[in-house]
Amino acid sequence: MSNIHVNTTVNGDEIGFLCDPRETLLDCLRDKLSLTGAKEGCGTGDCGACSVKLSGRLVCSCLVLGAEAEGQEIETIEGMSRDENLHPLQEKFIEYAALQCGICTPGILVATKALLEKNPDPTETEVRYWLAGNLCRCTGYDKIIRAILDTAADMREAS
Amino acid sequence: MALDDQSKPYFKFVGTRPKRPDGIDKVTGRAKFGADSYAAGMLHGAIVRSPHAHARIKSIDTSEAEALKGVKAVVTRADFSKDIKFTSGKDSEHWNVLENVMADEKVLYDGHALAAIAATSALIARDAVKLVKVEYEILSHVTDVDEAMAIGAPVIRKGASDKSVPSGLHENVVSYYESGHGDVETGFTEADLIIEESFKTEATHQGYIEPHACLASLGSDGKGELWCTTQGHFSFQKVCAALLGLETSQLRVTASEIGGGFGGKTTVFIEPVALALSRKTNRPVKIVMSRSEVFRATGPTASTSMDIKIGMKKDGTITAGQGTFRLQGGAFPGAPGGMTAMCAFAPYALKNVHQIGYSVMSNRPKQAAYRAPGSPMAAFAVESVIDALCKKLDLDPIEVRLKNASRKGTKASYGPTFEEIGLVECLETAKSHSHYKAPLKKGQGRGISCGFWFNFGGETAVSLALSEDGTVQISVGTPDIGGSRASIALMAAEELGIPYDHIRCTVADTATLGYNEISHGSRVTYATGLATIKAARDAINKLCKRAAEKWGIPEEAVKWEDGHAVPSGPNAGDFEPLSLKNISEKMGKTGGPIVGHFEANPEGAGVSFATHIVDAEVDPETGKTQILRYTVIQDAGKAIHPSYVEGQFQGGAAQGIGWALNEEYIYGSDGRLQNAGFLDYRIPLASDLPMIDTVIVEVPNPGHPYGVRGVGETSICPPLAAIANAVSQAAGVRLTELPMSPPSILAALKAE
Amino acid sequence: MQYYAPKSFSEAIEISMEAKGITRFLAGGTDVLVQLRADILTPEVLIDIKKIPEVGDILQNSDGSWRIGAAVPGAQLNEHKDLKAQWPGVVEAMDLIGSTQVQGRATLVGNLCNGSPAADSVPALIAAGASVTIISPNGSRDVSVEDIPHSPGKTTLEKGELISAVNLPKRNTNGGDAYLRLIPRTEMDIAVVGCGINLSVKEGLVSDARVSLGAVTAKVILVKEAADAIIGTSLDDKALTALSLAASAACKPINDKRGTIEYRTHVAGVLAKRAAQIAYKRARS
Repeated sequence: MSNIHVNTTVNGDEIGFLCDPRETLLDCLRDKLSLTGAKEGCGTGDCGACSVKLSGRLVCSCLVLGAEAEGQEIETIEGMSRDENLHPLQEKFIEYAALQCGICTPGILVATKALLEKNPDPTETEVRYWLAGNLCRCTGYDKIIRAILDTAADMREAS
Repeated sequence: MALDDQSKPYFKFVGTRPKRPDGIDKVTGRAKFGADSYAAGMLHGAIVRSPHAHARIKSIDTSEAEALKGVKAVVTRADFSKDIKFTSGKDSEHWNVLENVMADEKVLYDGHALAAIAATSALIARDAVKLVKVEYEILSHVTDVDEAMAIGAPVIRKGASDKSVPSGLHENVVSYYESGHGDVETGFTEADLIIEESFKTEATHQGYIEPHACLASLGSDGKGELWCTTQGHFSFQKVCAALLGLETSQLRVTASEIGGGFGGKTTVFIEPVALALSRKTNRPVKIVMSRSEVFRATGPTASTSMDIKIGMKKDGTITAGQGTFRLQGGAFPGAPGGMTAMCAFAPYALKNVHQIGYSVMSNRPKQAAYRAPGSPMAAFAVESVIDALCKKLDLDPIEVRLKNASRKGTKASYGPTFEEIGLVECLETAKSHSHYKAPLKKGQGRGISCGFWFNFGGETAVSLALSEDGTVQISVGTPDIGGSRASIALMAAEELGIPYDHIRCTVADTATLGYNEISHGSRVTYATGLATIKAARDAINKLCKRAAEKWGIPEEAVKWEDGHAVPSGPNAGDFEPLSLKNISEKMGKTGGPIVGHFEANPEGAGVSFATHIVDAEVDPETGKTQILRYTVIQDAGKAIHPSYVEGQFQGGAAQGIGWALNEEYIYGSDGRLQNAGFLDYRIPLASDLPMIDTVIVEVPNPGHPYGVRGVGETSICPPLAAIANAVSQAAGVRLTELPMSPPSILAALKAE
Repeated sequence: MQYYAPKSFSEAIEISMEAKGITRFLAGGTDVLVQLRADILTPEVLIDIKKIPEVGDILQNSDGSWRIGAAVPGAQLNEHKDLKAQWPGVVEAMDLIGSTQVQGRATLVGNLCNGSPAADSVPALIAAGASVTIISPNGSRDVSVEDIPHSPGKTTLEKGELISAVNLPKRNTNGGDAYLRLIPRTEMDIAVVGCGINLSVKEGLVSDARVSLGAVTAKVILVKEAADAIIGTSLDDKALTALSLAASAACKPINDKRGTIEYRTHVAGVLAKRAAQIAYKRARS
């Protein structure tokens, strides 16, 4: 079995790793780069817990091969706050109790950050549909949606 | 133990909404869940599973798998304890768990584990699994509860029934429960209207997003370490030790952060296997289930078949209620037939009531607890019939429920007499809620339902240690499944009179504390909370003693007030109050560490009731249902951290919505599970749901110092019936089987 | 499994011609990787086409027709204002596939080549009269989309053949299209039934129409009888009923975990009616 050498950028850092061609980007982030914030909830793109940004697009890292990361830029939950301050979404999720177990939280935060970059003023319906691929089994989504809408309003006010 | 404490009249910290202590870890991705642990030299495990629903294992050939480069060990049943023998009934619990973890002579369901492999990578382990050759003798199977009880059904296991089962029943009936009071036949003769109806519900999965995962290390000396996602690491310690033939205390289990459980992570699956592989290889072994393995081999709740008969007078008085509940528990005993029957009529003060519950085995995975096991299904059946009676008699569904509601002093349908309970308060709140009065459009319907759960106490140990800087660390033994560390710290803050931020609550490993029952039965805020309050009081006594010694007055002359030791009255003397910090910073020189403890079984959990209101719209051309509005009203006794109480209410409602409309285990005629993934096992999405409104009712539980009742489970009891009742009004058809999927609703509409 | 990322179509075809065993082309990977992870199918050779120039481009030709590269993800289609304005049915059909995350990767060509009778974008493409450009060792040719699906999981493509782009015709000013599907939830499900309709309206009457159904036969089909039922009508109730009946009559579905024969047959008629009304409204606006 021949491994592939992949050079890529993760959260702004240039990184290289070796992977089996069958290994997913999620496998590589977790097992080779120790970035375990992205979670494998299903491995089939149905739960969104492994959400990352791949060269500007929100994707499920379980549906990307590690080999495909060559030359790309990847953003993960670990890159969401790069100094001592949390991202406003992270702050608000804690404040609103928008998580119970927290397993879906990294994926939802990565997905929501991507939404607000694209659409700073989403409606409740737009948020709900944007996050349709991020399963949360604990919360019924209520507090998550409220936290997001409130963060968006704060961020609009601040900008 | 009895509790003599009075509820506190007012609270300083309890009832506020501080940030949870694990908040930053959870939003930055650094919180470590089951699959997030790695060890040097670690191997990866993978499990060989049966593709058949029922078969005898003729042979297992692992030679090709073992020859694969990177494969280090294979284990089968022979690698587990030989001391665990099959006996009948409940005595066989360790045997049942072992048999489920690793099949012996027969595989009993699609997905049943029969061998496992450890290899240098997860890919190699998975490849090796495919190289294991198993020869099966296929046996006839049964996956439906009614068919499993019928004459001629294949017997899953001879001799598995317990003593409760009357003679003449099929051997797959492994437990029987019957209770009630009054005389239902007389009751029915007093009724103006009787409705009798049969119901079925499919099995649903707890659907936690985190698959089971563990990292195990075990040496030939019998000393081991286990890291795993679990609702109860003490229980896992005990069971794993038994299955591996170890001494319990030689195995230290650490609970990871847990990515959802809802009852499904109360039992071991892969943990003993990882330990066995580790023992055989002398290396740490990690096993992470795939989602498909989670669906095929873990957790689902029991499917049911139920018959309900209720009689009502024209004024809404229920004259008699009778129910039969058949619970399909998979290939093992344990389906909650009894609890289902006990919950069914609990919300109502009935003169005549009778209920029967059956636990039945079939060729499905071993059912696991799922949030108030049995109660949601029972409520679906009973509350649907009550709704139908109300409609026919043209009575308001809340008024009827109020008229019959259980209250303090009611002899419960299942025997005991209720203490202070909050059902009437929930119903009154529902009646006056704006949701109940809001207008509905054509094609829309409104349903309501009540729900009930017992709640539970259980073995609990807590230790509360003071630091010299006046801060406090609490060790609890109940994994935090929904923000409990925040609630525990709030209760300690309240008791000690120090800020919430000065307290750190940690889920301690099995080597740190005495035995703690699993985080289940909605028990954590109640029992661990009570234990924390008691441990804090123990620490306070010790603090007061130090103050007394310093002041040279009797211990009894010192009391604790707002975070300070103060003289208990003018006669005690005049001393400057000593803060917790004043005392703790000198504790090294005044007698050593100050630690408060609690070790006991709190036994005043206090039952909980809820009323839900839901509006639904049904597309008459496609049978598709949309939930428009949802309100949860539930008695929490006392909400410690209201945000997390609301979260439990909302989460339970959402899971109930999924169960009612779309979630189901679909078995083919070959006995194989057809929808072992989140694509076709359809849990609710953000876009499926409206906001879920909540009202916290607080009728204090006399069994807890602050009045807490567990809230985690009752919230899933009413939704199934409430939605069925809403659909019935919206579409004009009553669905008696779950899920109420678009094809089933359309079929019902066409049949009209 | 061998992974290749060729820089040209000719290189890609060369690799696939020389490949032994199961070969798959990788664009978005939202089907290929699922099958890989679930041990349904592990290709011996996987050829990632995303490094080939132009596979990620959406181009409008001078005649007004469109060329959508084989690796253009759904999200990119959805962001293309002109394309979306002209072919909203096609873009919406693609957008219905999976989550936002899946939209970041999934492609029209991948959806077509997966060969599922329930593929959401395929009925919309067939209704639109779309074609695909196939590159093979012998050169390239355009083939109608309806000629690509063969049976569940299978296409008519031969070894060494590769789809480089989807071609959508010029949108006539009096035309409109729509795609609707029935799923139990609001998102994330496989279509129980799907229906794509593209039609033109002249003076209030439907002048031409194409109706395509998904998930009701072994492959996505074009239903001429359904189109005939509305051509020449103002889409009045009678025409809609005839459309509905014709759509249902074309169904030869199966009972499976997602729906029954009766249900699929009935809902095909319902969706055809509703999709036609949307397309009609779009054609007139």
